[in-house]
Amino acid sequence: MIRFVDVYKRYPNAREALSGVTFEVGTGELAFLTGHSGAGKSSILKLIALIERPTRGQVFVDARSTAAIRARGIPQFRRKIGVVFQDHKLLNDRPIGDNVALPLIIAGIGRREVEKRVRAALDQVGLLAKEKCRPLELSTGEQQRVGIARAVVAKPPLLIADEPTGNLDPDLALEIMQLFRRFNEVGVTVLIATHDVHLIDQFPARRIVIESGRVVAGGAIEGSMPRAASAHVASPSGSTLVDSMSTFQSAT
Amino acid sequence: MSAPSVWLTRHAQTFVGSLGRLAQQPAATAMTMAVVAVALALPLFLNVLLQNTRLATEQWNQAFDLSVYLGRSVGAERAQAIAKQLRTRADVAQVRLIPPDEALATFRTASGFGKALDALGDNPLPTTLIVTPTVTASTPDGTQALQAQIAALRDVDLVQLDTEWVQRLDALLEVFRRILWLTAALLGVGVVVIVGNTIRLDILNRKAEIEVMKLVGATDGFARRPFLYSGLWYGLGGGLGAILVVGLAVALLAGPVERLAGLYGSRFELRGLGWTSTLPVLGAALGLSWLGSWIAASRHIRAVRPS
Repeated sequence: MIRFVDVYKRYPNAREALSGVTFEVGTGELAFLTGHSGAGKSSILKLIALIERPTRGQVFVDARSTAAIRARGIPQFRRKIGVVFQDHKLLNDRPIGDNVALPLIIAGIGRREVEKRVRAALDQVGLLAKEKCRPLELSTGEQQRVGIARAVVAKPPLLIADEPTGNLDPDLALEIMQLFRRFNEVGVTVLIATHDVHLIDQFPARRIVIESGRVVAGGAIEGSMPRAASAHVASPSGSTLVDSMSTFQSAT
Repeated sequence: MSAPSVWLTRHAQTFVGSLGRLAQQPAATAMTMAVVAVALALPLFLNVLLQNTRLATEQWNQAFDLSVYLGRSVGAERAQAIAKQLRTRADVAQVRLIPPDEALATFRTASGFGKALDALGDNPLPTTLIVTPTVTASTPDGTQALQAQIAALRDVDLVQLDTEWVQRLDALLEVFRRILWLTAALLGVGVVVIVGNTIRLDILNRKAEIEVMKLVGATDGFARRPFLYSGLWYGLGGGLGAILVVGLAVALLAGPVERLAGLYGSRFELRGLGWTSTLPVLGAALGLSWLGSWIAASRHIRAVRPS
């Protein structure tokens, strides 16, 4: 579903955020993207959602090279990706029902269908009763669940989340993670960027570890070889594919 | 629901929604509409003045007669024949014959030169025909053609037509009309800029919202739509405001103008805005505001990039 091949990202007037990132996330997989703040997790998610473009290297999403997607094609492309943000990015001037409906309205879906799907999505995150509330009337955890409902309401095959539990206490964070797992169980590919190692210890899923803009562990899907062989993309820490695999296995 | 009806419903919702948003900031909205109204009211008012001047001078034009002076040697019989000939013309409404004696008598009483005239001994005045053109021929071109044709007749000495000042007035009105168009064009650009700037600020205020929309897959066109509708609302409010202002101005002027016309013995009445001028004004208001919002929204929404 997602494949990064030797991706570099340098922001204007800034240090290199990504230096030769190569990893893969298979269709239907749930994977964590971990590492310290500033390691490059957010950059990777931005490249997936085409919020940023790589300076070098290739990013494939759903077997499509994102380099081939021009500005005009970005809206259509983003409709196939659900994105959950740490700060929710909800529109505070309208009820949460309208917030969740936004992707469907943008996609031009009829009113009745929108209402039905919004209810279903809110029901999945346990907020059906609060459809008419405005975001600021809800707790942070509830707001995050609204963000998730909005991300999944259009049934995208890929869900990416940037520190979705960043502002939540452990119980709420666990609840949010379980939500993601439930979506993964029905076939959605899920990639979650988080630095909360204690939390993801409780979930048996692959960890792609990022350090200073490089993948240091967990880049390959179990049982498959990354297509950009590590021979010419030697990871800086000297860790080989075998190391990565063992890290991955010990993590699970 | 079928696709077109979904599309229509969405547009209707956005249309009403953008009005609701404007209503949330009544002062700012009213201010923008007022500026648009003033910008449109000025050329509209000038236009009303121009139309009325046209109407007034048209009535004056109709009052124009040609003075046809026959040769001194022309006798009364020949004068009658010429008058008869002129009456048969399609562009002549009326011909009045003034014999030299009558002319002299009028001149004597009107001018106060009685004694000087007595000294002449002989009546120096020729037979005069006062020719009134028909209404349709009472244009500057029409009367001039008539003048030339009468002047070419045998025994006609001179045809006098005091069109000079009519032509001056016409030229003046033309200058006035150009000024009107220039004003309208400048203020039209003003409306585009005003609405564009308002929309630009609106977009900056709602940048976060546009970012979110783009993140969940909105096209620029989708994000632009509410702003275009805001522009239309500004245009509608401004256009109606302009019509109201000019309507009031005409109502205030109607009385004095009627009195002034009365003093000139005219029953001229100030004509206000009819449907033929209000509808184009509304159209222009909507069109210009839409253009302004379209330019601003296209530029600034493209520039909003989620980060």
